[in-house]
Amino acid sequence: MKNNFDRMLSSEDVMRRRASFLQRIHIDGPLLLILLTLAAGSLFVLYSASGKNWDLLMKQASSFGIGLVSMFIIAQLEPRFMARWVPLAYLAGVFLLIVVDVMGHNAMGATRWINIPGVIRFQPSEFMKIIMPATIAWYLSKRTLPPHLKHVAISLILIGVPFILIVRQPDLGTALLILASGAFVLFMGGLRWRWIVSVIAAAVPVAVAMWFFVMHDYQKQRVLTFLDPESDPLGTGWNIIQSKAAIGSGGVFGKGWLLGTQSHLDFLPESHTDFIIAVLGEEFGLVGICLLLLIYILLIGRGLMITAQAQTLFGKLLAGSLTMTFFVYVFVNIGMVSGLLPVVGVPLPFISYGGTSLVTLLSAFGVLMSIHTHRKWIAQV
Amino acid sequence: MPQQIRLKDHEKDARLVRNRVVVGAVAVVLLVCVLIARLYYLQVIQYDYHSTLSENNRVHVQPIPPTRGLIFDRNGVVVADNRPSFSLVMTRERAGNPGKWQDVLDVIVEVLELTPDDRALFEKRMKQGRRPFEPVPILFELNEQQIARIAVNQFRLPGVEVAAQLVRHYPQGAHFAHSVGYVGRINEKELKTLDPVNYSGTHHIGKTGIERFYEDELHGQVGYEEVETNARGRVLRVLKRTDPKPGKDIVLSLDIKLQEAAEQALGGRRGAIVALDPRTGEVLAMVSQPSFDPNLFVTGIGFKAYAELRDSIDRPLFNRVLRGLYPPGSTIKPAVAIAGLDSGVVTAGSRVFDPGYYQLPNYDHKYRNWNRTGDGWVDLDVAIMRSNDTYFYDLAHKMGIDRLSSYMNKFGIGQKVALDMFEESPGLMPSREWKRATRRQAWFPGETLILGIGQGYMQTTPLQLAQATALIANKGVWNRPHLAKTIEGQPPVDENPMENIVLRDKSDWARVTHGMEQVMHGARGTARKAAIGSQYRIAGKSGTAQVVAIKQGEKYDRNKLQERHRDHALFVAFAPADAPRIVVSVMVENGESGSGVAAPVVRQVMDAWLLDENGRLKPEFAPATVAQESAP
Repeated sequence: MKNNFDRMLSSEDVMRRRASFLQRIHIDGPLLLILLTLAAGSLFVLYSASGKNWDLLMKQASSFGIGLVSMFIIAQLEPRFMARWVPLAYLAGVFLLIVVDVMGHNAMGATRWINIPGVIRFQPSEFMKIIMPATIAWYLSKRTLPPHLKHVAISLILIGVPFILIVRQPDLGTALLILASGAFVLFMGGLRWRWIVSVIAAAVPVAVAMWFFVMHDYQKQRVLTFLDPESDPLGTGWNIIQSKAAIGSGGVFGKGWLLGTQSHLDFLPESHTDFIIAVLGEEFGLVGICLLLLIYILLIGRGLMITAQAQTLFGKLLAGSLTMTFFVYVFVNIGMVSGLLPVVGVPLPFISYGGTSLVTLLSAFGVLMSIHTHRKWIAQV
Repeated sequence: MPQQIRLKDHEKDARLVRNRVVVGAVAVVLLVCVLIARLYYLQVIQYDYHSTLSENNRVHVQPIPPTRGLIFDRNGVVVADNRPSFSLVMTRERAGNPGKWQDVLDVIVEVLELTPDDRALFEKRMKQGRRPFEPVPILFELNEQQIARIAVNQFRLPGVEVAAQLVRHYPQGAHFAHSVGYVGRINEKELKTLDPVNYSGTHHIGKTGIERFYEDELHGQVGYEEVETNARGRVLRVLKRTDPKPGKDIVLSLDIKLQEAAEQALGGRRGAIVALDPRTGEVLAMVSQPSFDPNLFVTGIGFKAYAELRDSIDRPLFNRVLRGLYPPGSTIKPAVAIAGLDSGVVTAGSRVFDPGYYQLPNYDHKYRNWNRTGDGWVDLDVAIMRSNDTYFYDLAHKMGIDRLSSYMNKFGIGQKVALDMFEESPGLMPSREWKRATRRQAWFPGETLILGIGQGYMQTTPLQLAQATALIANKGVWNRPHLAKTIEGQPPVDENPMENIVLRDKSDWARVTHGMEQVMHGARGTARKAAIGSQYRIAGKSGTAQVVAIKQGEKYDRNKLQERHRDHALFVAFAPADAPRIVVSVMVENGESGSGVAAPVVRQVMDAWLLDENGRLKPEFAPATVAQESAP
C-alpha cells in the first residue's frame, strides 16, 4: 500500500513538473496574469492622477517589484509550515501592537509605526492583515465544523485583542478590515446562519439604545458626519462633493486619459491615494470602472476557486477569508469615493499609490498561491 | 468499526466551505451590481448635473466665519467689539501657474513699498493655507492709500484681493488688558489643536483673559456657502448657504467707573487691586499696573514693540492680580485668627504677654514683633488691631503646621480660587508633605511660627487675599471670584465648588471682624488714619511683603535698600463692616507700608463704590434694615 502510494505521488509529481514550470516554482499562472494586468493599469492611472509625476511612478513600480518578490517567497512556504508558525506570529504581532501602543503614548503621535531608524520601519497592523485570518483558520481547522459556540467565542477573543489595539492607534479603517478578515474565516467555517442573523438583530437595538441613552450630542454629531459626510462640506464632505463631481462628469466613456479637469486642477484631494478611483471614473468613465471591476471579479473568482479546491481545512478557510477581505477593500473604497459609504481610509487595492499596502496585498496572494500549488494529488477527492 | 463522533469529517467540512464559497460569490456579484448601479446613477443619470458643475469650473465651499461675541461691562459699556478692517488676501491657485504666486508676492512688496522681512512673513502665511482655493490673508489693517495702490495695480496681481473682515477692537484700551485679555492671530501650534472645520474662516483666537477662557462661547459656529464660480474664481451663484451662529455676548461684572477710580487711586505706582462683591464673588474691579494696549496684539504686534513691552523693568504684561506671588504678611492674620478660635487653641479672652519678641522653649532665636518695645498683655482683639506678631507666633505654635495648613487651604490659599480666569497661579500653602516632597527636609517648628504672620514659604496672589477676606466678610460661604456676570444671559456655573467654611461657633466670625474694625476705627488701630471721616464702618488688615530677607538682628533700613527692593505694601478690607458689599485687596509694589500706602488706596476704591456724588452712602448700601436682616 505504502509503496503504491509513493509511486502514485511521484508519477503525478513528474507529470505536473512536465506540465508546468510555474507550478514547480509555486506560482499560479492565472493569478499572476491578473495581478500584472492590474499593476500595468495602476501605473497608467497613477501617471495621470499624480500629475505626470515620474518619481512617484518609479516608487510605485519598485514597490510592485518588492511585493512580487515577497509574494514569490511566501508562495514557496508550505501551508503546513505556515499553520505551524502562525500562533507564534500572532503572539509576536500582538506584542508589537502593544509596543506601538505604549510607545505611542509616550511619544505623542506616530502611533502606527515600529521604527528602528536605519534598520526597519513598518506597521504591525499591516502584518496582522494576513496573520489575523491565518490564526483563526489555524484555530478552527483543528475543531469540528460548524464551530461550536465556545470556539466561536475564543475566535472572537483572538480577533478582539488586536482589533482593540488598532482602534486605539487610532486607525478605525484598518481595525475594521482586520475584524472583517477574522470574521470571514468564521463565515467560511460555516458559522451558523441563525447566529449571524441574531448578532445583526441584536446590534440594531443596542445601537439605538446607545444613541438615545449613552452618547453625548457631540458624539452623535460625529456619527452623523461620518454617516453623511456631505453634511460637513468644509471637512470630509469637501472630498466627497469633489469626487462625486469628478466621477459624474466622466459620463459613460470619460474625458480621456490625462484630460480629467477635476483632478488636474487640484480640486480632487488625495487624488493618487484613496480617491484614485475618481480619477479613473473621470477619465475613463463608466466603461473604465466596469473594466476594472471585471478584473477584480476575475481575481476574486480565481481566489474562490482556489478556496474550493484547497485540500486542507486550514487552506480553505484562509484562502476564503483573504479573498473575501480583498473584496471588502474594493467595495468599501469605491463605495466611499462614490458617496455610498462613510469615509474610512481604505486604499483601492493595487491602484492607489502606497508601497506598504501593495506589499501586504501581494503577500496575501502569495499565500493563496502557496495553498494552491502545494496540493498533494493523492488526497484529492 | 464504531466511529467516534469526535473524528473530523473532512468530506462534510469541504462541503460546508464549498457552500459558503458559493454564498460569498453571490454576495460579491450582488454588491458589485450595487456599485455599478451607483456609478450608473452618477455617471449616466446625473451626468448633466455633474458635468455642468465640472465644466463651469466648479463648486467651492466657502466658510463664513461667525461674528465674535461682544463683551460689556456691568453697565453695558462696550469693552470689546468688532470693527471692519481691510486686509489683503491671496488665493494661490488663482495667481497663475504653480509657483507663480511667489512672483506675485514680489509685485505686492514692490507696489506697497514693503521690506524683504514682510515678504518672508507673507510667504509663511501663504504656506499656512489649508485648503485649495482658500483665500489667505497676508496683510492686515490696510489704509486707504494701500487699498488704492492695490486697485491701480490689480492687473499685475492675479489672485490678490482686498477683503473686508471684522477685527476685534478694545475701545477701553489698557483698562481691561489684564482681565479681558486680547485676541491674536492663530499660530501654528494652536492650529494643530483647533477644530479645523469650525475655525476654517477664523483668523483670530483668544490669547489671554476672558477672551481665552470663554473662547468657545465667544467664537460661535462657522457657517458655509456652497458656491459655483467661473474659471477666474468669481462667484456665479450660491448653491446652498448655512448661516454661521454668532458667538455669545458676555457681560462682565467689572464696572468701568470703579475700574478707573481704582487705577486713579493707585496713581502711577506699580501694583494690583481687586474689588469683589463678597455675596456673589463678582469681581468689580481688577487692576494690574502698569498695563498695556491690547489693540496692539490683535493684528500682530511688531517685534520691536513687543520686545519693549516684554523687557520693560515695570513688566506691563505681567498680571499681578492673578500671577503675582507675594507672602501675605499680616493680611493673613484674620484667617489665622479664625483657625485659632475654631481649633480651640485660643479663645476670645485668652491673653499672651508680648515683650517685643517670642521665643520657642529651648531655642535662642528671637522671633520679633514689629513693635520692638512690645505691646504687653494682648488678647485676640488687640492682636488683630495692633497686628501683634508675638500673639500670632504663639497661636501658630500651639496650632501646629498640619492644622494651620488645612485651615488655610479652606480659605483658598495654595489653590486656584477663580472661576473663569486664565492662567491663575495657585500660590503656595506649605505643609509637611510639601516640604518633604520638594525640599527633602523635615518640617521645623520655627517655620510654623513665621507662617502665623504670613511669612516663610507661603505665597499668595492679590486675588487669593481678596477671596480669603471675602470669606470672612461672607461668614465662610464660598463664591468663586468671577469676571463674567452673564454669558448670553446665563450666569457662569461653578462645576467644582469649594466647600463652605463652617465654624463650631459662628460668632467667631464677628469676633475677628470686630478686630479688623478696630484696625480702622480703634484708637490704636494701625490704619486708623485711612478711615478718618468715613461714612461707613470698614474692617481691614494691613500687611507687608518682604522683597529681600532681613538678617537676624539687622534692622530694615529703607535708605540702604534700592527702591525695587523695598517691601510691598498690602491691604485687605471689606465694608460696610456689618453688611459687606465690597471687598478690596490692594498690593502696592515697593510701597513699604500697608497701612500708610495701601490702606488709603483701599479707602478710595470703597468710597468710589459706596458713596454717591455728594459723598454720602448710597441708599442701597445703607446699614441693614430690619426687613433685610430677617430675610432668609
